[in-house]
Amino acid sequence: MSELISELDAAGMHAPAGPVDATHGILLYLEEVSVSFDGFKAIDNLSLYIGDGELRCIIGPNGAGKTTMMDIITGKTKPDTGRVFFGQTIDLLKLDEPAIARIGIGRKFQKPTVIEPLTALENLELAMSGARRLRGLLSTRLTGEERDRIAAVLERVGLSEQAQRPAGVLAHGQKQWLEIGMLLMQEPRLLLVDEPVAGMTPAEMERTAELLKSLAGSHSVVVVEHDMGFVRSIADRVTVLHQGRVLAEGRLEELQAHPKVIEVYLGGEDARH
Amino acid sequence: MLLPRWLLSDRAGLVMLAVLVILGVGVPILNLWVPPDHPLHVTSYTVALLGKYLCYALLAVSIDLVWGYMGILSLGHAAFFALGGYCCGMYLMRQIGTRGVYGHPDLPDFMVFLNWEALPWYWFGFDQFWFAALMVLAVPGLLAFVFGWFAFRSRVSGVYLSIITQALTYALMLAFFRNEMGFGGNNGLTDFKDVLGFSLQSDSTRVVLFVLSALALAGGYLACRWLVSTRMGRVLVAIRDSEDRARFLGYRVERVKALVFTFSAMLAGVAGALYVPQVGIINPGEFAPLNSIEAVIWVAVGGRGTLVGPVVGAVLVNYSKTWLTTALPEVWLFALGGLFVAVTLLLPYGLIGLLRRRRESAS
Repeated sequence: MSELISELDAAGMHAPAGPVDATHGILLYLEEVSVSFDGFKAIDNLSLYIGDGELRCIIGPNGAGKTTMMDIITGKTKPDTGRVFFGQTIDLLKLDEPAIARIGIGRKFQKPTVIEPLTALENLELAMSGARRLRGLLSTRLTGEERDRIAAVLERVGLSEQAQRPAGVLAHGQKQWLEIGMLLMQEPRLLLVDEPVAGMTPAEMERTAELLKSLAGSHSVVVVEHDMGFVRSIADRVTVLHQGRVLAEGRLEELQAHPKVIEVYLGGEDARH
Repeated sequence: MLLPRWLLSDRAGLVMLAVLVILGVGVPILNLWVPPDHPLHVTSYTVALLGKYLCYALLAVSIDLVWGYMGILSLGHAAFFALGGYCCGMYLMRQIGTRGVYGHPDLPDFMVFLNWEALPWYWFGFDQFWFAALMVLAVPGLLAFVFGWFAFRSRVSGVYLSIITQALTYALMLAFFRNEMGFGGNNGLTDFKDVLGFSLQSDSTRVVLFVLSALALAGGYLACRWLVSTRMGRVLVAIRDSEDRARFLGYRVERVKALVFTFSAMLAGVAGALYVPQVGIINPGEFAPLNSIEAVIWVAVGGRGTLVGPVVGAVLVNYSKTWLTTALPEVWLFALGGLFVAVTLLLPYGLIGLLRRRRESAS
C-alpha cells in the first residue's frame, strides 16, 4: 500500500544516488556516445566533458547534433551506445526526464517555453524545487521562505516589475529570462541553454550575457548558440560540433584560426581545391 | 469573510452556487407544499427533469477538469457516467426483491428469463447500499486509472487519445448489449421500486434525489475549483500548454494525468449514479459514443477551462434539447452540430468567455 501511495505521489521519485559527486572537477561526462535515427548518425562517437562551474559554448552548423546532444543529457533520447554520467556516480542513462530534472539539470528550450496564462510569479512557483511533492502541490499559498526565493530569482532575471503579469504578454526577451529564472528555481547544478539570444535586441543580448556569466561558478552552464558575437562575449571555452562529433575545442580565437573549423563554417569549397 | 480566498475570487462560481442553493430550497417547497393548481407549483416531472440536468452538469464539470485544464479531450466520459449508473442500477435491482414479475427473491427478472440459476459473482454485495455507493466511485475510478496509466505512460495524447476514449466507450456499449454479460442486455436495468426503503414513485423521494444532485454538483464543483487553485492546478495548465516544459521541470506528467483523470471519472460516476434513479432506467445506450460527444459540446458551449461554463452549457443545451426534440424532433441533431461549429468559430471561450469579454470592455 505504501508502495502504491508513493507511486501515486506525483513526486514519487526519490533522488536516485545522493548528491552529485564532482570531486574530480568534472560535472558532466559524455563518453563515446552514438545515436542514429533510421541509419542517420545524429551523434557519432561523441565525447565531451563539462567542468564544475564552467561556462561552455557549443557551436556548430545545422544538423551538427547540438539539440540531440541536449536530448540525450536530459533523458529525452536514449543513445545506442556510450556513457553519460552526472558527476562520478549518477548514470543519466538510467533516469527519465523528470528524474534528471530533479537531480539538478535544467534545460531551456530554443523557443521560449513559459506557461503563458500563468503570471511570471506563478511560472516560477511552478518550477520551484520542492513544490513537486503531493502535499506541496495541494497548497494554495506560498510560505514566506518560498516568497523570498521567488522574489530573489525575479530580481536576478530582472522581472520584479513583471511578477503579476501573465507570461504571455511579456516581451520575447523577457520570456527568455523568465524561462532561465524557472531553471534557477529548480536549483540546478547544470544549466543547458539552447539559443538564448535568438531574436533578441543588442541590449537584451548584453543583459543575457551578464546573467549567464553571473551564473557560471555556482553552476555549470552549457550554451548552444549561433551568434558568434554573443559567444565571444561570454565563453572562455568553446566546443565545435560537426556531424555528431567534436571537431575542435578551445578558446574562440584559436578556433577561428583552426583550418577544419573554417572549412566547416565556410562550406566545402576550400576542401575541393 | 468566512470563505477561503480561492473561492472568494471566483465570482461566477459564487453566483452559480447561489442559484443552486435557491433551486435546492425553492424547488422542494414549490413542489411539495404549493398546491398543484397554484401557478407557482413545480410538477414532479419538472423536478426529475431539473435533477437530470444537474447530473449532466456534474458530468460536464468532470470533463472540463481534464479537458479545459489538462488538455485531455476525453470523448468517452459518458462511459464513466454510465458505469456509475449501472452500479446504482444494480443496487436498485436488488431492492426489487420478490416484487419482480417472476417473484424470485435473489435474481432480477432478466436473469430468471435467461434461465440463470444463481446470481453472478459480480452482483454480490450490491444489495448493500454502502457497497453500491463505494462501487459508484471505485468502478469508474479503477477503469480510468488503468486506462490512464497505460495511455499516458505510452505518451498517447491529442487526437489519438480522444479516439481511444471513443473506442473505450464503444467497446463497453457492445459488451453491455450482450445478454451473457449479466447486466440486462439491450433493455438494461429498470422497473426500480425503491431506494433505502423509500419509494421512487413518491414526490418526496424525487425531491430528495433532486437536492442530492444539487449537493453533488456543488461539492464536485468546489472540489474542482479548489484543485485548480492549488499549485496542482498550475501544473495541469503547464501540462496542457507545454507538456515537455512540465516534464523538464521535474513533474511526472503521466502520474498527474492518471490521477486527475481518475478523479474526474469518479465525479462522472457519481453523476451517473444520481441520474439513474431519477430517470428510472440505465441501458447500454448510455455508453453510445454520441453521448460523450454531446457532453463535450455542453462544455464548449458554456466555456471550457472555466468550470462554471460547463454547468451553464449543460443546462442550456439540455433544456433546448428537451424543448426541440418535442417541438421539432428532426431538427435537433442539426442544431447540435451547428451549435458546436458556431461556438468553435465564434466563441472559443464559450458563453462565459463572452460575458467576461463584455465586462472587460465595459470597465
